[in-house]
Amino acid sequence: MTRFKTPKLLITAAVVYGVIQALYSLGIINGYILHIINQSLIYVILAASLNLINGITGQFSLGHMGFAGIGAYVSGTLTTLIFKLNPSIPGSYLLFIVAILAGGLVAALVGFLIGFPSLRLKGDYLAIVTLGFGEIIRTVFNNIEYVGGPRGLLGIPKFSNFTVIFIVTFLSVAVIRNIIQSPHGRAMLSIRENELASELVGINTTRYKVLSFATGAFFAGIAGGLFAHLLQLAHPTQFGFSKSVEILIMIYAGGVGSLTGSIVAAFALTFLSEGLRLGIRALADATGLPIGGEWRMVIYALLLIFIMLFRNEGLMGTKESKVILIEEAD
Amino acid sequence: MGSIFNAQQIVNGLQVGSIYALIALGYTMVYGIVRLINFAHGDFYMIGAYAAYGAFYLFNASLGGKTGIVAFLVLAASMAASGAVALLANKLAYKPLRYKPKLSSLITAIGVSMFLEYFFSALPVIGPSYRSFPEIIPRTDITVGGAIISNYVVIDIAVAAILMVSLTLLVRKSSLGKAMRAVSQDKDAARLMGINVEKIISFTFLIGGAFAGAAGLLAGMTYPRIFPYMGIQPGLKAFIAAVLGGIGNIPGAVLGAYIMGLAETFASAYNSLIGEGISFAILILVLLIRPTGLLGEKTADKI
Amino acid sequence: MPALMTIQGMTHYFGGLRAVSNFGCAIQEGSIYGLIGPNGSGKTTIFNLITGIYKPTEGKILFDERDITAEKPYKIVQGGVARTFQNLRIFSNLTALDNIRIARQSSEKSSLASSILRTPGFLGEEKRIRKESLDLLDLMHLSDRAGEMAKNLPYGELRRLEIARALATNPKLILLDEPAAGMNPKEVEDLMSLIQRVRDQFKVTVFLIEHHMKVVMGICEYIKVIDFGETIAEGLPTVVGKDPKVLEAYLGKRGA
Repeated sequence: MTRFKTPKLLITAAVVYGVIQALYSLGIINGYILHIINQSLIYVILAASLNLINGITGQFSLGHMGFAGIGAYVSGTLTTLIFKLNPSIPGSYLLFIVAILAGGLVAALVGFLIGFPSLRLKGDYLAIVTLGFGEIIRTVFNNIEYVGGPRGLLGIPKFSNFTVIFIVTFLSVAVIRNIIQSPHGRAMLSIRENELASELVGINTTRYKVLSFATGAFFAGIAGGLFAHLLQLAHPTQFGFSKSVEILIMIYAGGVGSLTGSIVAAFALTFLSEGLRLGIRALADATGLPIGGEWRMVIYALLLIFIMLFRNEGLMGTKESKVILIEEAD
Repeated sequence: MGSIFNAQQIVNGLQVGSIYALIALGYTMVYGIVRLINFAHGDFYMIGAYAAYGAFYLFNASLGGKTGIVAFLVLAASMAASGAVALLANKLAYKPLRYKPKLSSLITAIGVSMFLEYFFSALPVIGPSYRSFPEIIPRTDITVGGAIISNYVVIDIAVAAILMVSLTLLVRKSSLGKAMRAVSQDKDAARLMGINVEKIISFTFLIGGAFAGAAGLLAGMTYPRIFPYMGIQPGLKAFIAAVLGGIGNIPGAVLGAYIMGLAETFASAYNSLIGEGISFAILILVLLIRPTGLLGEKTADKI
Repeated sequence: MPALMTIQGMTHYFGGLRAVSNFGCAIQEGSIYGLIGPNGSGKTTIFNLITGIYKPTEGKILFDERDITAEKPYKIVQGGVARTFQNLRIFSNLTALDNIRIARQSSEKSSLASSILRTPGFLGEEKRIRKESLDLLDLMHLSDRAGEMAKNLPYGELRRLEIARALATNPKLILLDEPAAGMNPKEVEDLMSLIQRVRDQFKVTVFLIEHHMKVVMGICEYIKVIDFGETIAEGLPTVVGKDPKVLEAYLGKRGA
């Protein structure tokens, strides 16, 4: 008999949602904080999906934000230019969901097309190819007049609210977790551990590398779509190399291979980043010195270097919290 | 408009190729010795440009008029500054990770690159915006067979050629060069032969950095504006050139750089979007068809 | 009865260097077949060719009456050929149990969708994989290590874990690449009885590369000796052990 297990992740998520919603309606959390929470949740999807590629499967993608860009532009084009949706019209949320999914699927398709030939490459070469891909995507957006060219795609309707983002993030994390803790996830882990041995215990390593890459791309596309409908614009510079590196910092800070680590790091670093932005501005105002926002990125860069030098395994290493780990019956 | 393959484009391509070649050499030498894609290498080039900028105003004030001496001092300053930063990056960030998984060093290199870019733009004396680069040597144009050739073209190509020939002599003829080749073949064996491996690695970073610095000066003169992020694009292009030629292979890097320079110039003349994308298209093609590059040797993995 | 595996005229070049020259063999089902030869004589290359890591320059490999010469490594494994490695290739940062489960699971049985939805069919399959993997660990006297990270296991246990992992793929033929390497005399004794037990219990055929003469002479039913990629002798252990060419090429060097 399979014993019915308490769905810890679902319960935890419901409690967290309830608490945040309550705090917001009581006025303890203001709209600004809620906006940062929304962004953090989207970063959770980005970090978790990149972790599937880099942490679980042991590949190395440097162009993750390129996939988010595809999701943002595809879904934004659908809702803004084709469906011409308005959130106040009932039923439009259904088409919004369709648009977001379409963004994810196109990103996954591109991920598949890129992944298939390039995943033969190892480590640093793969890093460069994915970086190049991210740059090509950005160049393409920059040059398509229909989606605004260098000005970006503007006037995207605001569909992403806390509830929508929370539900999508929950589902994304749950799906990624269920993949990791299944034969498919174990196959991906074995590729990270030793690709040749993996092939020689009967794992179709090419298939799993592509699967992991395309799945990661899918969720990045979903996250990009949510972003576009939260910030109400999609701009080529949002999806460049340095943004991909920010996601990379999240997974290395949280622990490569730990979903829990990615979630914690996505929140911690999004809040840290916002805190730094405000702190630097306040410092500049108070002292009258020319202290620019670039210092935020200087600190980020140093953080990345220090993680690599002194705490290679990140916050969680490869460990998972009980909320994420699925219990196994003996 | 005529053909895109005209004399002017060839001249421009060779000029860009010379700058790429100087950057690509550092990439390829460092990769050959420590198997690291030094992401920060493009930023060493940026540092060279800023060092040249500062040095020009410093020396021109005291030695105004003596163009040749000033130009030489500016070149020396750009090479010294970039070489020093390269040495420092190696010592502080890469050396502690030498025997850790390769990806750790790669990610650290990304961190170093970001740090240099944002630190320079955060520093009030430098700042994030463009600066126009002074005319260190007066610019004159001559027309040869329909192509406008400025003395800068001659300077770029000549400086690159002199530096590359010196490097080749150093690597081929000197005992230091012999040690470098030994370390790139087998670090452990080299160590057993009494070679100070870390010293050789430092020296490689120094030379690589200095060459990138010289490239920064030449680029500053040729396209007279500099900014803290100027190293990203040429850095990537030069890296691709090194891969195209066969990473770790010195003549390969030079060949790859000139091919890249020409291909990019022709493609841009045809269409700017293709011009931007062609380098990555070349990279992907090389990696898929011949990952060892044009002159690289095949290495078998031990199973 | 046709042999389980037949190799005909297999030759392999690395660049200009001939690593394996006109290698042939016919391995009978249920036997323990030994391949010996000095270091660098091309033994591991032969395993790499059989398992599809390299494709032979010339020649043909028939397994279970099927030509597997051009097949992908994972297909060859799924077809019933498993192997271990001279320098262990364990999934170090995974538990001993997961090392076995990865080899035990067949990806076709649980679709991605059923994994995501945790369907009853999926959960049943997971349970089966887990149970069978734990049974295998038990047989190798590793059951108390199931939850341990593989990197924390001692060397002797890792050797057994790797054999267990190979067996988990349900092979007809198992290739063991120097299983006695780095073992003390007591461990070698245990290994010899383990190999025989594995053969009897799992009904597998064993193809063994070994340096350790005691192991080869003790358990192999047929021996082939190669040097510089060429076969220099073959036959029953008692015959091969006395062949002067073997003594010179192999024992001579080692006995020095």
